[in-house]
Amino acid sequence: MSVTASTAPAGTSDRAGASRLSGTFYRGDPAMWSWVLHRITGALTFFFLFVHVLDTALVRVSPSAYDAVIETYKTPFVNLLEVGLVGAVLYHALNGIRVMLVDFWSQGPRYQRPMLWGLIGVWAAVMIPGTYFMLERTVSTMFGGH
Amino acid sequence: MSAESLTLDKPRSPRRPAARRNNFELYSWLFMRLSGLALVVLVLGHLFIMNILDDGVHRINFAFVAGRWASPFWQFWDLAMLWLAQLHGGNGMRTIIEDYARKDTTRFWLKMLLYASIALILAVGTLVIFTFDPNIAG
Ligand code: HEM
Ligand code: HEM
Repeated sequence: MSVTASTAPAGTSDRAGASRLSGTFYRGDPAMWSWVLHRITGALTFFFLFVHVLDTALVRVSPSAYDAVIETYKTPFVNLLEVGLVGAVLYHALNGIRVMLVDFWSQGPRYQRPMLWGLIGVWAAVMIPGTYFMLERTVSTMFGGH
Repeated sequence: MSAESLTLDKPRSPRRPAARRNNFELYSWLFMRLSGLALVVLVLGHLFIMNILDDGVHRINFAFVAGRWASPFWQFWDLAMLWLAQLHGGNGMRTIIEDYARKDTTRFWLKMLLYASIALILAVGTLVIFTFDPNIAG
């Protein structure tokens, strides 16, 4: 939100005369997409958490009920969804740190864009090996492993 | 200044009393940032342990959870993560509803649904951590 406020006055982009604001345009800017993604990943994690707490609650029902549901977490398709969830949470966390730096660090607004490229770099640097480790066993089982 | 000496506001007074009824949105803004900071450690740590460490998701089962919740450290970790993620995520969802719901009744009912789900998840999650029984199978 703070990125919106610091980059362009909300609601001016559709109006006649908006061209006078060129240079402070927000719509279509990478900063806007970073916010859209932050919102989507946050909502997605919230919905996951709803399901996750309920499935974990099966430990109060019986070990076999819990184990049966957890087995689905180990199937190839769900395993792939987990990679997606980790990627989404990681993006949300890194961008959240960026938002906090923009809000609280005196140089934050000035560096919001380099920080965006930086977070994409960190995200990729974590996700490439992370994806490998998360899928390694599933893939080797699928292709002739034990 | 005593009440009798000033019966009228000055014209174009810069004070806007209506905007000062309470600071809820300010505290909620601050809470999103403070809880976010704690969640970086709690949630990213949780994801790393669950998906990458040892055999990742393939080693999770009832016995694994029983082993972890035998330790007050992990019980506290999960409890803190449950409350912070739920309040942070719930507060974020409230913002999203405020932004997109167009009719007051839609907004009202979506928020009621949201609050009910937050209460349900906090209650179930907390209960499960405190009443976990490793010998439930008997
Ligand atoms: C695919 C990824 C995930 C896996 C495999 C996973 C696995 C688990 C497991 C096995 C437990 C049982 C308790 C324990 O052993 O500590 C648990 C509990 C918990 N997890 Fe996750 N988790 C995942 C993602 C997440 C995410 C993204 C969040 C936060 C948004 C989260 C929040 C929680 C909470 C709050 C609890 C405690 C539940 C309760 O109070 O009953 N988990 N998770
Ligand atoms: C991992 C660490 C996390 C950090 C650093 C973080 C940081 C933040 C920050 C700073 C905001 C406020 C953004 C703004 O005011 O513009 C925010 C919003 C939000 N967060 Fe998180 N968060 C984290 C985890 C989570 C989790 C686990 C969930 C879900 C349960 C979540 C759901 C949301 C939602 C739904 C919003 C509202 C988005 C919006 O208004 O567009 N976050 N987060």
